[in-house]
Amino acid sequence: MYLSLSDWTARRDAVDRNRASKVAFKASPTVIALGIVSMLTDISSESVAAVLPLYVTSALGLSMVAYGFLDGLNQGLSAIVRIGAGYTADRTRRPKPVAVVGYGLSAVARVGLLFVQGFGGITAIVGADRIGKGIRTAPRDAMIQSSSQPEHLARSFGVHRMLDTIGATVGPFLAFVVLLIVPDGYRVVFVVSLAAAVLGVAVLGLIVPNLRLHRPVAASVDVPSEAKKDGAARHTGQIGEVLRGRLRPVLLATGVLGLVTVGDGFVYLALMSHGHLQTFWFPLLFVGSNAVFLILAIPMGRLADRTSRSAVFVVGHVALAAAYVCAGLGGTLPMVLLCLVLLGSFYAATDGVLSALASQRSPSGATSTGIASAQTVVAVTRLVASTGAGALWFVFGAGPVMLGAAVFMVVLVPFAWRLLSKRNDETALEIER
Amino acid sequence: MTERQHWSSRRVRWTALIAIAALALGGSVIYALLAFERYQDQITGVSAASVTEDLPTGSRIVFRNTASGEGYGKIAAVPLDDPQGPRGLGDVPCDRVYAAVGMISCMRTIRGIPTTFETQVLDSKGHPVTTWPLPGVPSRTRISHDGLVATTAFVTGHSYATNSFSTETTIRGTGDRDYGNLEDFRMLINGSELTAADRNVWGVTFASGDSFYATVASGGETWLVSGSLRTKTLKSVVENAECPSISPDGTRVAFKKRRPGVGAVHWDIAVLDLASGHETLLPLDRSMDDQIEWLDDGTMLFGSPREGTVGDSDILSIKPVAHAAPQLFIEHAWSPSVER
Repeated sequence: MYLSLSDWTARRDAVDRNRASKVAFKASPTVIALGIVSMLTDISSESVAAVLPLYVTSALGLSMVAYGFLDGLNQGLSAIVRIGAGYTADRTRRPKPVAVVGYGLSAVARVGLLFVQGFGGITAIVGADRIGKGIRTAPRDAMIQSSSQPEHLARSFGVHRMLDTIGATVGPFLAFVVLLIVPDGYRVVFVVSLAAAVLGVAVLGLIVPNLRLHRPVAASVDVPSEAKKDGAARHTGQIGEVLRGRLRPVLLATGVLGLVTVGDGFVYLALMSHGHLQTFWFPLLFVGSNAVFLILAIPMGRLADRTSRSAVFVVGHVALAAAYVCAGLGGTLPMVLLCLVLLGSFYAATDGVLSALASQRSPSGATSTGIASAQTVVAVTRLVASTGAGALWFVFGAGPVMLGAAVFMVVLVPFAWRLLSKRNDETALEIER
Repeated sequence: MTERQHWSSRRVRWTALIAIAALALGGSVIYALLAFERYQDQITGVSAASVTEDLPTGSRIVFRNTASGEGYGKIAAVPLDDPQGPRGLGDVPCDRVYAAVGMISCMRTIRGIPTTFETQVLDSKGHPVTTWPLPGVPSRTRISHDGLVATTAFVTGHSYATNSFSTETTIRGTGDRDYGNLEDFRMLINGSELTAADRNVWGVTFASGDSFYATVASGGETWLVSGSLRTKTLKSVVENAECPSISPDGTRVAFKKRRPGVGAVHWDIAVLDLASGHETLLPLDRSMDDQIEWLDDGTMLFGSPREGTVGDSDILSIKPVAHAAPQLFIEHAWSPSVER
């Protein structure tokens, strides 16, 4: 579990095809603990998210209309906070306290939920929760990276994402069970949610070790010129360094693919638009793709470690393109199921793998900033793509928009692949050693 | 090595975690049991309002009873000439209710996994006639003079990280008359066609013939639109107007108007004179979030949540004149509907 620093730096870029099979996989207790933290936090946030509209309208007697107006603002704020938190984790070299602040903020927001009644209060709480999410993600992924075996990095992220997705699936289920037993028991849901959040913070605070990220100077195995630049960058601008370094192709490829990732909301809407499915099934589509995601998270990570993380990440987008085609062409049951399988596979092949890829390619000592940058690129480009798809939706209709997105995706995938494989530092380093 | 010393207190940490877990889980279970007991009291205890059996007939005000005790959440009605008198209770629980032309539209939540929603159409005595599934949380409902039912539901995503909500407003009759989702109608905003997918329609109010008014929202802006069922078109009338309600004489439309400025959302009431285009603003101390219902040409009604009591509300009345102040009309009630 505790790798020495030199051990890690020497092996951090190892992608020798056989290496992943030579070194036995051992799930790090820290990764599992972080997965349980995420699972509890997702149970907490998704149980509230599932009943919040019902609570706001039927218990508080308010409409949900103002909710949407603040959404864009929150997302923008979350992106800025994310990079700031990643940067802070790197500068202090202690990601845990930053993550504790993020998880803690979301837990505190749950307390507020028990007391507020007005709309302003509800939006403030949802905003605080989202900022908390922005703060915690990158430091947490940096902790996963630094406590994983480098040969099995993507698989470790897979373990974490599986636990995380279990939480996201259990949360709404738990909330509806509570409401079934105690109708109008929204406060019970909030109390249960608070308990899960507090437990999550407790596991993080008490069980997850306060890891110290490796220092940049230890990166002597890295390309020397880059290591020197690293040192200077700590004082001038680490973020610029991250953007110029080996991570750049990852950010560019992620951005290019993100621009045609229109969001699952549209995929579900396209599936519904064929008229075969009753609106009743809508929430279950999320459950379906989540189930596939959690089943495939580990196998996909394993595949990425054994073959190539870049390849699995890029090919995952082909699965998304295929899901678009499915959603665009038909709404019959086999098509819907195929679409959900493809969508779940896409998440399994890209979500954790991107964090593995980003942390592997971040300059030493800037892992959190690197991961935060990649996640921000994903968030921003997907928002642009969804806005674009939204603007074209009524002009061309659901089918053509989906098929168009699939065509663009298929065209851009080879381009992204070229970006990722052009500077194949992975092999370069292997040779150097 | 420091890490190792740090972890010498491992046992202490695990003990602390187990203690926190026991407290959190135990606390939740105890709270849930108390809530369950409270809920039992709430639905079986003596009603906080005076109640009678059966809905009154004739001219009446139909609403959702929010008085704690027996009949909580169920459909109720009072005679139009004795609104503060005892309320007759129906059997059906409803989140939103509307009554007109011998029909009652009841939008309700069905607890389950997952929780689902439906519109139940009742006859004037409150007996079920037919049921349609709803795609989301009940929000608004109205019935036209020829028996068409308009409903607005909030459709929400699974995760608040994605698109947070959209509305689905449909108009249909009990027979095979079905105008579908109003989002698919042609929308003209200040004369030009709205093509964005980010479009939502809510709060229908029926006027004469095939015409109606509603709210269209896109890109954070809202408009009062006048609609035609025959041509399936919605045309903007004025900006910043939500949940319209046409007066019984058909000359005015009242709606909620968002107060400009950032921060918490605050809605006032505005009354638009359709002939002159003159808008009268009624600034409110407490924000209003309901679709207005006209008691008569000189009085408007709306529901207002009770401060300090989640799940209870009152129906207030207000005159449609500038700077009028709301007054309590029916206690422990929600979603008023005047049936003449």
